[in-house]
Amino acid sequence: MATTEPVIAKEKDTHDSDLASRLARTWHQPRGVWGWLSNTHHTAVGIRFMVTAFIFLALGGVLAAIMRLQLMKPENSLLGPDLYNQIFTMHGSTMIFLFAVPMMFQGFGVYVVPLMCGARNIAFPRLNLFSYYLYVGGALVLWGGLLTNTGPDVGWFAYVPLAGPQYDPGHRADIWSQMITFTEVSALGVAVCLATTILRYRAPGMTLNRMPILLWEKLTLSFMVIFAMPAVMVASGLLLLDRLVGTHFYNPAEGGDVLLYQHLFWFFGHPEVYIIFLPGAAIVSTLVSCFSRRRIFGHTPIVVSVVATGFIGFGVWVHHMFATGLPQLSESFFTAASLMIVIPTGVQFFCWLATIWHGRVQMRLPMLWAFGFFFVFLIGGLSGVMLASVPVDTQVHDTYFIVAHFHYVLIGGALFPMFAGLYFWFPKMTGRMPDETLGKWHFWLFFIGFNLTFFTMHFLGLHGMTRRVYTYLPDMHWQYLNTIATTGVAFMTAGILVFLANIFRSKRLGERAGNNPWGDSGLEWGTSSPPPSYNFLLPPTVNGRDALWDAAPDQAVVVGLRDDIREILVTHSLDSNPQHKDEDPGPSIWPFLASVAVSVTFVGSIFTPWAVPYGAPLVIITLIGWLWPHGHSPAPLPQRATWSR
Amino acid sequence: MIAALYVLAQAMPLDPGRHSILHPGAPQGSHIEWLYWVIFWIVFAVYVLMILGFTRAGAKSRTDAIYPLPVFEDKEGDERAKWAVGTAVAVTVVTLFVVLVLSVVTGKKAAGLTSKNPVTIQIIGHQWWWEVVYPNPQADQTVTTANEIHVPVNTPVVILTNSADVIHSFWAPSITGKRDLLPGYSSAFWFKIEQPGTYRGQCAEFCGLQHAHMGFSVIAQSVEDFQAWQQQQLKPAVEPSNDETSRGRAVFLTHACLMCHTIRGTDAGSRFGPDLTHIASRNMIAAETLPNTRGAVAGWILDPQRIKPGTEMSPNSLAPDDLQALLAYLQTLQ
Repeated sequence: MATTEPVIAKEKDTHDSDLASRLARTWHQPRGVWGWLSNTHHTAVGIRFMVTAFIFLALGGVLAAIMRLQLMKPENSLLGPDLYNQIFTMHGSTMIFLFAVPMMFQGFGVYVVPLMCGARNIAFPRLNLFSYYLYVGGALVLWGGLLTNTGPDVGWFAYVPLAGPQYDPGHRADIWSQMITFTEVSALGVAVCLATTILRYRAPGMTLNRMPILLWEKLTLSFMVIFAMPAVMVASGLLLLDRLVGTHFYNPAEGGDVLLYQHLFWFFGHPEVYIIFLPGAAIVSTLVSCFSRRRIFGHTPIVVSVVATGFIGFGVWVHHMFATGLPQLSESFFTAASLMIVIPTGVQFFCWLATIWHGRVQMRLPMLWAFGFFFVFLIGGLSGVMLASVPVDTQVHDTYFIVAHFHYVLIGGALFPMFAGLYFWFPKMTGRMPDETLGKWHFWLFFIGFNLTFFTMHFLGLHGMTRRVYTYLPDMHWQYLNTIATTGVAFMTAGILVFLANIFRSKRLGERAGNNPWGDSGLEWGTSSPPPSYNFLLPPTVNGRDALWDAAPDQAVVVGLRDDIREILVTHSLDSNPQHKDEDPGPSIWPFLASVAVSVTFVGSIFTPWAVPYGAPLVIITLIGWLWPHGHSPAPLPQRATWSR
Repeated sequence: MIAALYVLAQAMPLDPGRHSILHPGAPQGSHIEWLYWVIFWIVFAVYVLMILGFTRAGAKSRTDAIYPLPVFEDKEGDERAKWAVGTAVAVTVVTLFVVLVLSVVTGKKAAGLTSKNPVTIQIIGHQWWWEVVYPNPQADQTVTTANEIHVPVNTPVVILTNSADVIHSFWAPSITGKRDLLPGYSSAFWFKIEQPGTYRGQCAEFCGLQHAHMGFSVIAQSVEDFQAWQQQQLKPAVEPSNDETSRGRAVFLTHACLMCHTIRGTDAGSRFGPDLTHIASRNMIAAETLPNTRGAVAGWILDPQRIKPGTEMSPNSLAPDDLQALLAYLQTLQ
């Protein structure tokens, strides 16, 4: 390295309060309402994603509770079919599009990934903020629809022709398709940000080989989102064209094809399941290692499994269509593919078991939730093995057996790890510890309630209760099991309330956490809690897979980043050697304005195709503002940041 | 707790009447039920083993220390774990392969048509009822009915599916797996029922407002009974035999009824709603929602939207005498 690049400093040189105050000034985050609209720092946006997604979890949960009350007895008159159909559609759409993906992928990803990479911010922070507001826009459209009795009523899957212009007049399905497009653009934007952050912003020394499992998972997921989301955008886009401008893509009377929609939808829909489950699995990998006080057993097999799941996940979509009547050869193929995906999941479970077996387990709150995940998710995963078999699937498909199965998979695979993750990173986000006693109450209430509600549904399905029915006849003898299922909701609700109490209480009164209260190995624990606006005083470097555990006493840090502008070190995507420095664009109102312009255009297009030509200039203006070169003086000759031992 | 739930569920007074995957009444359903239980016990064993593993691991490795313990290395443990995990993965692969083979073999058994001369029935899904046609090359030998599917026992029955509007799914849990009715696609599957009896079924694919009340029944009867039924169904409607039923027919033909329904032998010939030529021979009306009693039919005619909100049938305001005459007439349509 040339002598002009003396950029290594040791830990002892870094306690520089001048540097801290200069960085704080440079990385200043706007506050208040303006901050809400313009702050592009990933910790703020990430927490906002999580809080918003949690609100939608609660709203979706309320809808679920209403449905359970309706189904508690036969021929109940609480809800009519019209409202029930809106409610179950909104429940599914909310939970998948407004909760699960924004929470598990965007929320955790945006908050944790840059910190775990040792970066000062996420890549493309304005795109990230834009994605957040686009997601909020889509959510408002969808819920605005429900509140004005225009809630979608065709299921979260919106099969044609039921969702087509002939059988669903009005704007209900339009709202659904536009909302899909919104949230998928949001996920795509974040996928680009996260993939770039992981590939280019990693701390020097964090080679691909040393990348933590959680980053591998987020990288895999980002690519899954990039490949899966376009399929559903095509599906919903063509549906919208059929509905709004009279095309006939899905109209069998004019040579259109109703199965085309199903293929497009499930080509997205099944990878979506893994987009929701893999973040949970990655959180569990992190926790199992941390709370067993040892390195994860089988780092490489787990990483390979995660990546393999990403690939195989795209080859199983037809198992949602076994009842459509397929040739036997394709049935066997998709059965084999669906069974194959058990292998990488099995590998992860065996590695977690081995880690715990040979570890020293500390049953702290997050680990309790991880154990809940093992007990619950396994039931869903194993009933999934039954569903991979075509003959069995043709029987239980579209019954409450499936409802039970995928709630075990999704609540087990996402909600349990989510609570584990929220408790785990809560000290990092707030600087305070969550309350363990309240957390245990939360766990047991939720665990019992969940099993009461959903385990019974297996039996309902086996005894012939189909999904999406607003009521059933007394002769069917389903009421007892339905009553048990409804009872469980009370427990789950109580659990969630205890969780909220815990969060609000601990945020103010919790024990102070310190930098690394759990003794974990991730780089995010190497900075203060909550992290400063610049994340790291001096960005860290990495010696091994478990960054903090492998750190030398005099671990090198990165210096040479300017403190008068927002510089971020960019490293090589494979060996993470420093390559150049990038400038973070800083807070801006334009992403918010752009998302408003896009939302107005999209919502307007539900009512008139002219909204597109009228809205386009608005979008262009906001994009010009967004990309307008900012005024500060050009940096002096770029100094190359670098790192060596 | 799960075991307790299981026991509880078994103790529930569930419908013994032929609407359950676990009470099959046809060989197809029995094959699938067998496969279900085989895979169930396999995954049950896996679950128990895994949970025992996690419980044991958690219990034996547990420490009560609150503050993070130092991280430790366990090379020897890792070495043993390598073997354990490798074996477990190998066992998983073999088990999955067994499941695959069983599934494919059972699928072939359940789907393959093994005997000739089947009865062919065309099922056309409508929002929200089932049109049932027994096609015959001679048009006047074609039977058309709705929601109640009569089949002979011990005879293969081929079902041809189609839909008049949206996607529906034909599912009688005690007989065999479901099959979607797709507009623009026709598909076929078959089953054979060995025990006479009534098997309930219903639509399994969400199809709109009255998806919940879109039931049907499969009535398996001896070959002789089936043929007698078929001959009966081929006849045109019974002629009115007294003043009241004549008036009832006149009411039918002068009100909205004939806009949607057919009664063969009269001027009513619309195919939009179910064929009512032999409505009195059916057990249930409104897609297995109401018993075919005079009172229920009256309620259905007057205000179907209250019973099945959203149904395509519109309310009818009839004078009491007209209604009674119409009911009397409909009851003669054996």
